[in-house]
Amino acid sequence: MATASAITAEREHYLNADYGFRSWLLTTDHKRIALLYLISITFFFFIGGFFALLIRLELLTPQGDLVQADTYNKLFSMHGQVMIFFFLIPAVPAVLGNFLVPMMIGAKDLAFPRINLLSWYLFIIGGGLMLYTILTGGVDTGWTFYVPLSTAYLGTHVVLAAVSIFIAGFSSILTGLNFIVTIHRMRAPGMTWGRMPLFLWSNYATSIIQVLGTPVLAISLSLVGLERMFHLGVFNPQLGGDPLLFQHLFWFYSHPAVYIMILPGMGVVSEIIPCFSRKRVFGYEFVALASIGIAVLGFLVWAHHMFVAGISLYSAMVFSFFSYLVAVPSAIKVFNWTATMYKGKIYYSTPMLYAMGFIGLFTMGGMTGLFLASLGVDVHVTDTYFIVAHFHYIMVGGMVMAYLAGMHFWWPKISGRMYPEAWGKLAALTIFIGFNLTFFPQFVLGWTGMPRRYHAYTPEFQVLNVLSTAGSTVLAVGYLLPMVYFLWSLRYGKEAGDNPWGAAGLEWKTASPPPTYNFEETPVVTWEAYNYDDLPKEVPVVG
Amino acid sequence: MSDSSEALATHELRHHFENMEQQRGASSMGMWVFLVTEIMFFGGMFMAYLAYRYEYFVAWQEGSQHMNFWIGTVNTAVLICSSLTMVLAVLAIQQGRRRLTSVMLAVTICFAMAFMVLKGMEYHEHWLAHEFPGSAFHFAGIDPRHVEMFFVLYFVMTGFHALHVLIGIGLVSTMLYMNERGHFSADYHNPIENTGLYWHFVDLIWIYLYPLLYLIGHHHVS
Amino acid sequence: MFPNFPIWPVRAATSASNLDALFIFLLLVTGTVTIMIFILVTLFALRYRHTIVEKPTPILGSLALETTWSLVPFGIFLIFFVWGAVLYFQERTAPPDSMEIYVVAKQWMWKLQHADGQREINELHVPVDRNVKLIMTSQDVIHSFFVPAFRLKQDVLPGRYTTLWFHAIRPGTYHLFCAEYCGTQHSGMIGSIVVMNPAAYEAWLSGGGGEGSLASTGQKLFQQLGCGSCHRSDTQGRGPNLVGVFGKPVLLEDGRTVVADENYVRESILNPGAKIVAGFKNIMPSFQGVVNEEQLLSLIAYVKSLQGSQQAEPVSNRPAVPNTSAQPRVK
Repeated sequence: MATASAITAEREHYLNADYGFRSWLLTTDHKRIALLYLISITFFFFIGGFFALLIRLELLTPQGDLVQADTYNKLFSMHGQVMIFFFLIPAVPAVLGNFLVPMMIGAKDLAFPRINLLSWYLFIIGGGLMLYTILTGGVDTGWTFYVPLSTAYLGTHVVLAAVSIFIAGFSSILTGLNFIVTIHRMRAPGMTWGRMPLFLWSNYATSIIQVLGTPVLAISLSLVGLERMFHLGVFNPQLGGDPLLFQHLFWFYSHPAVYIMILPGMGVVSEIIPCFSRKRVFGYEFVALASIGIAVLGFLVWAHHMFVAGISLYSAMVFSFFSYLVAVPSAIKVFNWTATMYKGKIYYSTPMLYAMGFIGLFTMGGMTGLFLASLGVDVHVTDTYFIVAHFHYIMVGGMVMAYLAGMHFWWPKISGRMYPEAWGKLAALTIFIGFNLTFFPQFVLGWTGMPRRYHAYTPEFQVLNVLSTAGSTVLAVGYLLPMVYFLWSLRYGKEAGDNPWGAAGLEWKTASPPPTYNFEETPVVTWEAYNYDDLPKEVPVVG
Repeated sequence: MSDSSEALATHELRHHFENMEQQRGASSMGMWVFLVTEIMFFGGMFMAYLAYRYEYFVAWQEGSQHMNFWIGTVNTAVLICSSLTMVLAVLAIQQGRRRLTSVMLAVTICFAMAFMVLKGMEYHEHWLAHEFPGSAFHFAGIDPRHVEMFFVLYFVMTGFHALHVLIGIGLVSTMLYMNERGHFSADYHNPIENTGLYWHFVDLIWIYLYPLLYLIGHHHVS
Repeated sequence: MFPNFPIWPVRAATSASNLDALFIFLLLVTGTVTIMIFILVTLFALRYRHTIVEKPTPILGSLALETTWSLVPFGIFLIFFVWGAVLYFQERTAPPDSMEIYVVAKQWMWKLQHADGQREINELHVPVDRNVKLIMTSQDVIHSFFVPAFRLKQDVLPGRYTTLWFHAIRPGTYHLFCAEYCGTQHSGMIGSIVVMNPAAYEAWLSGGGGEGSLASTGQKLFQQLGCGSCHRSDTQGRGPNLVGVFGKPVLLEDGRTVVADENYVRESILNPGAKIVAGFKNIMPSFQGVVNEEQLLSLIAYVKSLQGSQQAEPVSNRPAVPNTSAQPRVK
């Protein structure tokens, strides 16, 4: 690749506008805050990933012989908590969203820049508390904190973990609040709702869920903490409480939470597919409204996590029905993305490879969701590895790949550099193979009866577990590669221009990296989103 | 708003907004969205309350009989008055009457503090009567386990509410301080309006809590 | 199939065969659609790659397509929904002639109690071709009774009873797993369901359980704890007459009517003030801490056995009034 060029040092942009710790730790520039988040969530991703490797290593053999039972229980609990609350929930919104939302609507910053910084500090405080919990013995409640186990039967740092997540939750709420107000009030002249890129629609829908759902998690965890500390009986049957009440309150947030995790990823894919098909998204309005539909319907399905928990027959049927309803908008999106590729001009760049992989793996994960929504099937497979496989297909095969897609797509904008394309493709392929090898066997494991959260298992399940562990090592290598070459590209990467992909969107009309105030002049928008008819037919940097 | 008074306020314009109107609109919307999150937070508690009330109505009635009706009622009046004075503060600053604004904000704070004092006395009373949930709880009437549950929800709901009143006192005090320093005028007083919104919300939560906790007095069937 | 590489769980109960049919249907339909999407994406990626396509063809959308691919999937989903709901309903409605077995789960074992007194730990012997209903509770945290070979699972909760019924069709030994994370030895809380031919089952039954039936244990406890001093079988008692009360509606002091099921009996023993029968006072002491879960089950079994020979109608529980007419009034 080219040697380090001096060009970026000559022009002022957001990275070199100011130097020193204070200029970063007290910044109100949404782009710098996005990078602060990037570093933080990457750190937590590797912690959560490390726990995952230990889990898979233990599961190589049927006996529990690598770690003790209590340790194993802590590993899967903290893997879940770290990955969900400190990686997946913030990932796209707090990194790519923070960076891009103001730019995509033609604004200079988010509506509340100081609140944006506050949200990062809350994330750090919550994350710090979680780290402290991990280092001082961990917690073994499962990420779901079910009662009365977590309130009355465990001796680990339950309250500390609950507080750390409570605080991180407020970080999430503030991000959502900021996006909602920004999108409503700060769009550039001419940028109507119907001209917004779908990434904004997805983040808007996500923000609605963050704002409405996260407070319920806050109160659920508060009640668990209070019960535990003061021996109250809110959920404990021995003291007159109902453990199912906790489950309802918990899942009321935690189901919509999965849409917080996936919707931004869908937004990323909605940007990448049109760019590398060189044509508009098929059915723009349908994709936009599908995002809102998912957000709304996602609040009506929570008790599908409780089909065998002891809820009534009739409420179970209602939740099953709504669970099928919420699958429809997701299906619409998949069909629309596929149709966008029809008669396009397809480029196999790394972001596009990840996006196509997303379509495949998200579809598989979503299809297995149809199994779970069916009451009879769920009775058999709930609390087994079938569930584990289902959500990892969506979260890892879907969301993490979408996140990587977005990171590769916008890396030139963020850093001013291109990552090495051949390595990008190699990593994408490695991840795709490693992922499937890790998680597909788990569908079979679950269907044949292996329960989840099992430290030791009965011997007939070993072969599939070994396959899964083998896959996880490949996956780990795949994830390490981008870490290395992104860092490498900061110094040795080819210099990207303003718009190496020839992509539509306001963010590509300004320099890479952008100046602190994003645009020299406030843009006035007179064109529809994805105006690829008016953009070059070729991708300038052919991948 | 005349152009010149708009110009007077522009020193308050944050750099990322195009104009004061956009800033005002954004900041109000931000407060409204935040209040929605508060509704959801309290909503979880209300759901827990409703679920247990449906299941253990008799215990709920028992518990409600043991509330201090008078403190609860006086506190309700106090909060409603504080909302009135808050509204008057906003009206005053909209007319540019800074002195009156400060007076009204100060009276609001006094009412809020009165609320907190009365609440503290009430909690103390419950503590002495062994109605504080946990190991110190002791109830001689029927269904003590579920009466304790009533008290758990009473303390959790009014406790979180009191926390919000405390935060409100902080916010209103900050507004008072800033007003005294001359920050606000007829053309720029958005923070006071937003504080007013927050305060009314806190009052509104109490208006729901009061009948649900204090007024479950009468059997509908004997 | 392959002992170390199972790809399909064995079918040992009617519920398994029923579910497998739905599962296979789901597999076929979703598999087909998934493969179709994979093929289309790959096909488009190859057929329209940039090196052979000069210009992309702008297509904005198609209302017809959108409508079709919204409504058709939804229609198919409805089939999945109805089929699954029907199975669920069947799985949760135990036939009235089911043989009842009581289960108490605790960290980290399963305690099973047959009606005629047999006790088992982590193993359940049942006859083939009979309806069996499990009535389950937990002593501590939430557990879950999971038998993959039956395709059945039910969470077992502290403080209440949940039920699960099955009809085994194949003798053999099948895994029993705890499927709700319950602490340190969650993965050790496993056992077996042993389905036996009728002859073998009879032989097993006669082999043990020398304490007498569960109901007789309950009767002894009932007397020992002095329950009979208030709960007399005439109308003179300070407490309601329990003969024939199980399974019937009961009118409460506050006007509600509840069914006297296992949960009601259990609550009445542990927290009598929660539901007071109409016409009686709140004077029954609580037995919380005095009886454990197994003893509660034996008391329940005893109360169930008090069916009384005469009435087809529910017994009135009003004291000192000889009038036994009518169902309890519902307000």
